[in-house]
Amino acid sequence: MTLLTMMAVVTVAIVVQRNLFAVVVFGSIYSFLMATALVALDAVDVAMTEASVGAGMSTVLLLGALYLTRGDEVKPLRRPVLPLLVSVVIGAALVYGTFGLPAFSDPQAPIHTHVVPRYLGESLRETGVPNVVTAVLASYRGYDTLGETTVVFTAGAGVIALLRRRRQDNKR
Amino acid sequence: MTRDLVLRVLGKLLIPFVLLFALYVQFHGDFGPGGGFQAGVIIAAAVIFYAIIFGLPAGRRFAPDRVIETMVGAGVLVYGGVGVAGLLLGGNYLDYFVLAHDTVHGQERGIFWVEVGVAITVSGVMTKIFYLFAERRRVQDES
Repeated sequence: MTLLTMMAVVTVAIVVQRNLFAVVVFGSIYSFLMATALVALDAVDVAMTEASVGAGMSTVLLLGALYLTRGDEVKPLRRPVLPLLVSVVIGAALVYGTFGLPAFSDPQAPIHTHVVPRYLGESLRETGVPNVVTAVLASYRGYDTLGETTVVFTAGAGVIALLRRRRQDNKR
Repeated sequence: MTRDLVLRVLGKLLIPFVLLFALYVQFHGDFGPGGGFQAGVIIAAAVIFYAIIFGLPAGRRFAPDRVIETMVGAGVLVYGGVGVAGLLLGGNYLDYFVLAHDTVHGQERGIFWVEVGVAITVSGVMTKIFYLFAERRRVQDES
């Protein structure tokens, strides 16, 4: 609860703050809080990813991008009433949707009765890998991870294509 | 390059351990938290750390663009190659059971190489994106 309160405070700070450098730092703090929350939920692998990617890598990349632009957010020309309304409606719909979910850590929830017993019971015998997360990620869901790797590759190729052409244009 | 002595000394001290930790995360991912993705990010973080402290040209000498760009594609090829190896050895695509005489050993071998592929691509992409952003200002100043 303390963590969630702190995350809410940081979110409000991000919205209110106009200095983009401070926003990036607050975003990093938010990611660290998120990683701590994930550790509290025993999702250590995800917490590690959140801490390294969310708090570390994206912060560095955002600071790199900030270095190229001005450091202050421009005041919006109009009051963003319609976007605010849309966000509130969608947020309310999502919160309403959570009422239909099974209770937190309910062992009878559908997600825990389908393939999870096999993963937890058989993965060590079938794959010889004690970490179930690694077994699921690399073996049972190997296709998913191949897709994710391809997504990372595509993102990298896209950034290279976008940013490098500009350099050659400048040289001409 | 930063003139700050503390940063440079600390950076030199820390970066080897960061790289070592990345290897630990990579190869201990079977037993503890971690795996290819996290290890790749940590490797990239070490390179970026070095480039921030000692300047982009020094970082480029340590990890040249050609190597980084090769890594971007090579990781996906390693991952896909594991799948093709499964095909050639008589299984389905990404079937690890056929990679060794023992099915469990085949699984371990497949997972190992798949994680290696993920780490290579992720670290390559992260480092390359940083390079591209970092060199941008220099290009703008020249033009």
